[in-house]
Amino acid sequence: MHGYEFYVDPSRCIGCQSCVKACEECDTHRGTSMVNFDFIDRGGTTASAAYVCWHCEEPTCAMACPTDAIKKGDDGIVQSSLKPRCIGCSNCVLACPFGIPKIFPEYEQMMKCDMCYDRTSVGKRPMCATVCPSQALSYVRPEEIAGRREKPTNVFQFGNQKIVTRVHMMVPAETDSVSLDVLDYMWEESYVAFAQPQ
Amino acid sequence: MAEPSISLKSLVERFGPHPAYTPPGGWQDESRNPAERLVKTHCCFCGQQCGIQLKVRGNQVIGFEPWEEFPFNHGMLCPKGVKRYMQGGHPDRLLDPLMRAPQGFRVSSWDEALDFTTRRLREIQEKHGKDSVAIYGGASLISEKSYLLGKFARVALGTRHIDYNGRLCMVSAAAAYKLAFGVDRSPFPWSDIPKAQVVLVAGANVAECAPITTDYLWRCRDAGGKLIIVDPRMTPICRNADIYLPVRPGTDLALYMGLLHVILRDGLEHRDFISAYTSGFEEVAESARAWDPRTVAEKTGVPPESIERTARLFAKAERAIVLHSRGVEHQSKGVENCSALINLCLATGNIGREGAGCAMITGQGNGQGGREHGQKCDQLPGQRSISDPEARAHMAKVWGIAPDEIPQAGYSAVEIMEAIHRGEIKALLSACFNPLVSLPDAKFTKEALEKLEFFGVVDFFLSETAHHADVVLAGSLQEEEEGTGCTAEGRVIHIQKAVDPPGNAKGDSWIYCELAKRLGKGKYFPYASTKEIYDELREASRGGHADYFGITYEKIDEKMGVFWPCPSLDHPGTPRLFEDGRSFHLDGKHHFVVTEWRDSGDPVSSEFPIYLTTGRVVSQYLSGTQTRRIGGLLEQYPNPRLEIHPRLAAQYEIKDGDWVAVATRRSEITLQAMVVKTIRPDTVFIPYHWPGGRSANRLTHRTLDPRSKIPEYKVSACQLRLADGPPDWALSSPEHPFEPRKAKPDARLRILR
Repeated sequence: MHGYEFYVDPSRCIGCQSCVKACEECDTHRGTSMVNFDFIDRGGTTASAAYVCWHCEEPTCAMACPTDAIKKGDDGIVQSSLKPRCIGCSNCVLACPFGIPKIFPEYEQMMKCDMCYDRTSVGKRPMCATVCPSQALSYVRPEEIAGRREKPTNVFQFGNQKIVTRVHMMVPAETDSVSLDVLDYMWEESYVAFAQPQ
Repeated sequence: MAEPSISLKSLVERFGPHPAYTPPGGWQDESRNPAERLVKTHCCFCGQQCGIQLKVRGNQVIGFEPWEEFPFNHGMLCPKGVKRYMQGGHPDRLLDPLMRAPQGFRVSSWDEALDFTTRRLREIQEKHGKDSVAIYGGASLISEKSYLLGKFARVALGTRHIDYNGRLCMVSAAAAYKLAFGVDRSPFPWSDIPKAQVVLVAGANVAECAPITTDYLWRCRDAGGKLIIVDPRMTPICRNADIYLPVRPGTDLALYMGLLHVILRDGLEHRDFISAYTSGFEEVAESARAWDPRTVAEKTGVPPESIERTARLFAKAERAIVLHSRGVEHQSKGVENCSALINLCLATGNIGREGAGCAMITGQGNGQGGREHGQKCDQLPGQRSISDPEARAHMAKVWGIAPDEIPQAGYSAVEIMEAIHRGEIKALLSACFNPLVSLPDAKFTKEALEKLEFFGVVDFFLSETAHHADVVLAGSLQEEEEGTGCTAEGRVIHIQKAVDPPGNAKGDSWIYCELAKRLGKGKYFPYASTKEIYDELREASRGGHADYFGITYEKIDEKMGVFWPCPSLDHPGTPRLFEDGRSFHLDGKHHFVVTEWRDSGDPVSSEFPIYLTTGRVVSQYLSGTQTRRIGGLLEQYPNPRLEIHPRLAAQYEIKDGDWVAVATRRSEITLQAMVVKTIRPDTVFIPYHWPGGRSANRLTHRTLDPRSKIPEYKVSACQLRLADGPPDWALSSPEHPFEPRKAKPDARLRILR
């Protein structure tokens, strides 16, 4: 849908798994959910997180695919593997820094979220973001997101790999990108990087 | 009557619950045979009654599509809504009337089942008097069915005793709102919530029991609003709360008195509002004097600083909202708790304005509409009191009988079960109610059911309670009859008929009309459609508080719901009450109500030192009669677990996943522990959706609030013991049919013709 973007905000997730159940109802892969859902540490907190595929600008899964089975469309959506090409080798599963692709042995194929291609291509919002009752998954216009307490980012740093994604993550208002590695926050590391130009 | 005639195992084998995962025709069938039409209607699970479109092919609901235009939920749904379509073709669905037989149940004709039912009801009434027969209704029934059930009890049977399972849900709030405002409805539309500067959520697990309300709370926070949450458990929305008050079960009243104390002590009350629009303030102010923050902290376990901070935040806000639900209402002082919250709003001038007020989050499918039109033991349609001579005269005219023929108020739901137990009530006709799972003290309920001389059930699945029935009349799902509901907001909505009842099952309204006919009262039940029932309901409610007269099916469709009161056809409806400053009381004032402290009916002691509280999980609904049959929901939370804090768990050497025996003064059940830091260490929690050895309500007690007659589900005293191993239900018992998906072939839905 033109002008709409996808936003993920685990801080608003209530763990209801409506997205998981609704994804299962999608016409193209009925019975199988492509939403990644986790309780982070139920013993310690009610925190939970639901994720869809982040649809990277340069998809690591596609780069790691030995049979060129994973394609990104002009719309920026990274598709599930092409059935005739996929050999079920799991390279993509191991390579994706977000842990999104899954191998489905019953289909001998990698499948993942394609942002409800069948829905978005005909002007409908993705199923998960439509039903989500708590704004943890949203498919809205950027103007609408601007009113939130958090702000969106789509830049992620994994070690030396910088990933820019189609899907946005809601982060505290002062944050520009998301890095999960302590090294990226250490003075010594940035000093070393400067001292040794690549 | 008496015990089920065959073993539980054979009953479960035949009637379920079997978890069904796949839609009719299998997952792949839809692409080959797409839906023929989309029906814009509403979810049947919970009081929010979200808009939803059902995909229909032939006479079968095969899926859903979000309804984004519906203004309450804009297409949002919880997992129950997503999977609600899996009921029509469910293999457990009752397709014929059933009669008790030596080998369990046998299929019968409608004539045989209906004749037998009316013959037994007649015999018992002739022998023991009219009031020896009782009716149980349900708050998940559409308003037309609940109206009809009330009329059936009073006109066709002439019994005093009709009550409904909303008695386990909304009655404390209803009583408190009637005392304060003279009317039982949340006074504002949910669109007011994002406008508030402060929202106090009291005893409401919004994320799991009213998930869509989360969206309104998050919008409030984005606009700068503050969120305060009162709960013994850190429910999912607590992560985003500005203040969290971990109240000890059963002490909510002290907390709200403490907040009022601080507000009055610091002179933060709204004097002008109080003097212009309220009455009774002085007495309430006097009663708050004793509740200083230190005293309250000792009673509730909430720090004095948090009480001070909350009181100031709430009172200084220009617009503050209180949302409450069963956490405060399921107590022997449920009405007091609600009154105390209303008092807070009145003292700070928070009512009758946008973004301000006190509201209950109604819990059941048609929790609001289902209690407005005559299945409560003390009410006539339109929220009229059954003891009011004017109301009786009005209803007698609508029904075409003499006012004296309308029985007086009867027993409430738990009192009916107690009257059955002591032999005063001999026969029960129950619709949409599974008391064996949902009433407190389940062993007592079972004993009572076994004493019935006649037990008839109207339902679409064979519930655990229905195992005891003499006759089961196969009724209809929500989507199988046209009608109305009323949401938690007070919005009257249109339930569309998507399909006909399958097989030989019938619409519930047809069943009551046929029974009435066979009781010789057919002339009072001449309806050809539910629309005709609704038109009579409109007339019946006319002039009452819940006035539906100006609300037609067409008007609901056009306006996407109409808020009552709506006294005339050109009236736009009333989304927000009291905007003119007047309540529904004759004096027009909002009444402060003095609240009185009472200890719980099941106090903790050295022998039972731990608080037990019960509630819901997001994937299940009420007694689970419907949702325990939907595999996708069951796998999300297959069995009840005991939530326990690591500190308490350590005392008993309980680790996550251990089997723990929980005993109260009534009974004992054994469940697996779920060790979580999100609950007070003096309290354990068990969800109540399961029967038998997994039933939380084997543990709960029958203490009632003296006014609302709601049971005290939220406060029991229990003891814990590490069990030797898994209990029977977890090993081989037929009560436990759940198996993980793909472990065996699917229980596929039937294709209906």
